[in-house]
Amino acid sequence: MTAEIGTTSRALSRRSFLVTTGAVSIAVSFGSVLTDAFAAGKSAATFTPGAWVTIGTDGVITIMSPASEMGQGVMTTVPLLIAEDMDADWKKVRVVQSPNNAKVFGNSMFGGSMTTAGSRTVMAYYEKVRLVGAQTRKVLLANAASAWKVPVSELTTEPSLVVHKASGRKISYGDLAKKATVPDPLPEVTKADLKPAAQFRYIGKDVPRYEVASKVNGTAQYGIDTQQPNMLYGAVLRPPVQGETPEQIDDSAAKAIKGIVQIVKLPYGVGIIGETVEGTKKAKAALKVTWTNTAKARNYTSDAVYEEYRGQGADLSTESVTMIGVGDAAAAITGAVKILKADYRSDHVAHTCMEPMNATAVINGDAVEVWASNQSPTTVQMLSARAAGVPPEKVTVNTTLLGGGFGRRGEAEYAVDAVLLAKAVPGKPVKVIWSREDDVQYDTFRPLSAQHLEIGLDAANNIVGWRQRIVAESLFARSAPPVFKAIGGKDVVSAGGGELKYAVPAVAVEYIRADRGIAVGAWRGIAPGYVIFASETMIDEVATLKGVDPVAFRLDLLKAEPRAAKVVETAAKMADWGKKRTDGHALGIAYSDALNSHTAIVVEVSLNKQSGEIKVHHMWCAVDCGVAIQPKNIVAQIESSIGFGLGAALWEQINIEKGEVQESNFGEYRVMRMSDMPMIDTKVISTDSPVGGIGEASVAPVAPAIANAVATLTDGKRLRQLPMLPERVKAVLST
Amino acid sequence: MTGFTINGRKVDVAAEPDTPLLWVIREHLKLTGTKFGCGIAQCGACTVHIDGEATRSCITKISTVAGKQVTTIEGLSPNSSHPLQKAWVAEQVPQCGYCQSGQIMTAATLLKKSAHPSREEIVKHMDGNICRCGTYPGIIRAIQRAGKETPAQTAAVTPVSATVEASKGGAK
Repeated sequence: MTAEIGTTSRALSRRSFLVTTGAVSIAVSFGSVLTDAFAAGKSAATFTPGAWVTIGTDGVITIMSPASEMGQGVMTTVPLLIAEDMDADWKKVRVVQSPNNAKVFGNSMFGGSMTTAGSRTVMAYYEKVRLVGAQTRKVLLANAASAWKVPVSELTTEPSLVVHKASGRKISYGDLAKKATVPDPLPEVTKADLKPAAQFRYIGKDVPRYEVASKVNGTAQYGIDTQQPNMLYGAVLRPPVQGETPEQIDDSAAKAIKGIVQIVKLPYGVGIIGETVEGTKKAKAALKVTWTNTAKARNYTSDAVYEEYRGQGADLSTESVTMIGVGDAAAAITGAVKILKADYRSDHVAHTCMEPMNATAVINGDAVEVWASNQSPTTVQMLSARAAGVPPEKVTVNTTLLGGGFGRRGEAEYAVDAVLLAKAVPGKPVKVIWSREDDVQYDTFRPLSAQHLEIGLDAANNIVGWRQRIVAESLFARSAPPVFKAIGGKDVVSAGGGELKYAVPAVAVEYIRADRGIAVGAWRGIAPGYVIFASETMIDEVATLKGVDPVAFRLDLLKAEPRAAKVVETAAKMADWGKKRTDGHALGIAYSDALNSHTAIVVEVSLNKQSGEIKVHHMWCAVDCGVAIQPKNIVAQIESSIGFGLGAALWEQINIEKGEVQESNFGEYRVMRMSDMPMIDTKVISTDSPVGGIGEASVAPVAPAIANAVATLTDGKRLRQLPMLPERVKAVLST
Repeated sequence: MTGFTINGRKVDVAAEPDTPLLWVIREHLKLTGTKFGCGIAQCGACTVHIDGEATRSCITKISTVAGKQVTTIEGLSPNSSHPLQKAWVAEQVPQCGYCQSGQIMTAATLLKKSAHPSREEIVKHMDGNICRCGTYPGIIRAIQRAGKETPAQTAAVTPVSATVEASKGGAK
């Protein structure tokens, strides 16, 4: 969605102005000397809260970062876009996490809320913040023009300077800020005011990330680092099966632990408040609680649930919601010469952000303040307000750096923990820290899914119809039922990613929502992580059936999709695709259009046929995410997402037995370590196409590329279950 | 009371003897650069140096550090001037950054033993430290870069430092 910029002046003061674009305000303000405020650590208070940009008389330019920084680099990328179009000297820019002010800083792709998810930050803010920058520059130019009594058209800018070439005069933005006034009428900005690509100083040039230096010396502040005067600590004991509540609580031993202040019965668990972290942990272990034995999830055992899901997927009469419908796929398949059918499984996987879930809250009267590493200040605000029993406007949310997000921190139950415990001790801040075991066991996992695919082929093995039925729990049905209803049950987090860029005449991608009482969530890469696993392995299978090279087959079907074809071609070339591997190695390829970017990955793998163990030796990735703003960061995001993709492909797995999560820490839940990481070569193809997502784009193609390589090594054995555990591989090899 | 030295400063801490050093460092002494990751020595986020040895502070009882020298990321160098810290910035290693204090503290003991470690040595030494963002290729590059620097060169380079603050709540 691109907002048309119409400028309306209102309530102007001499030193700040607001421009309204639809429902969104854009602002710049001129402040006094800002460096001292920074040094004193009281920065935000000095600024106009609604201002994107504040220019200090000392030349320091403060730019707001509207999104949550969880390692994806948005604290740099978004402010950098403003700096580009206002022609600011980046060395003089200070970045501040914006306040939770959705009217000014909200994300248009999340209903205007303060939310960072789905790779939609740069996508949503790209044009908007560049216009903020362009308008700020126009205001500065107008001020210089009036000071020098020359036409604006004679002025240009250099970084943080307005220049009048004819007279040789220059004035810094800081000096302009000393006497800047608001022009009336305000300067209009349109896309035509944006800097042409040829003049970019920062876009595409790799500026060091703003907050990186703070992450090597211990000064970076995460939610868990929050310290407040008179702060207490909190822990929460949750039930063994989600959805149950405490029936009887014996807290005599827990209360006897030194420093325990209070034991609080919660709707979903038992809270402990104490003077030390270590005390609350001991007390938690000492609690004796009997739980209701009634949760729906008591009937949930991963293997059995998969079998049920598989049955629903394969039974074409099971009602479904159409996610994607092109032509009449069912009819095309019925009339096909041959039908390829296959069932796919993906297990739950956990986020395991390195910073376990935590939050700090304090309640004074009806005022609630929360500090949290979170991906959605709006959600934290709403759920905290509900927990505290106050209106949302009484809740102040402070967003820190995030020690990992990956979709997990779009939830806010950790904030609810802190608010409910803070409610028990009015006036005292309470910091709640989850144990790693809680973080794993009470995660909102990527859904367990079953997929049933039916591909109709003609006599020459051309695809005439494609049907893909996805069975999984829904994120939206749990977290936002009205939204789920409004979108007709089309939950893209659980069942998106089925669009085919390939030239296939009839496509039906269907979603069958399961409702088994296990909370699922958004996991880096979301549904494409398993949906594209199925589609890209199936495409390979058809290529094999046709006797055509998988790269050539894809390119043939991508003639109308040049960007897709280009990444496939590039990755193949990087890997020297035509060169046959020996010594038991083979290549596999997969392509993904997930998150509005084009990503192709080639992997080189070997397989120990005795143990069933797959080893990934090398990966080559080509990506086109449109304008490459920070190319080296794009490479870092690709490598990072490949790590997630590899974990989910090879060994990450949460098992649920009768509703109880079996894994609890890094001992049982294996994530990628350094020795697991293959060599990765990445090529970023920068195009002038609209910006696509990059924080998770390369998750999806990893697993199918591996499975396709294994098929080459095994004379066509197809792995259809994630993770591709050794025992699963052995089972397939023995068929 | 347990007495020990942390980052060159003598402290006496009134914590129960079985309290993990990690929580003493983070919540009693308010040095929050050392991170809690797993609590069972599986991830390395809590790594500090005790008498020069990389140690998991989450499973180290405070009673065992009496009289010892503890160094945290805050005390690794003044002004982020340790060759690893500079290399980490030069290679733009951190993503979310949460595990990086532990990574750097673990790497620092490798460089003491082996000034120019091979890729294999690095992987072997660092494999106990998890980075969920998968910054492993950057970590390897940074350790190799730091290994190339001599202490003399280190002192001449401008230190890198920055602080990033949490947002203040402000208007809705």
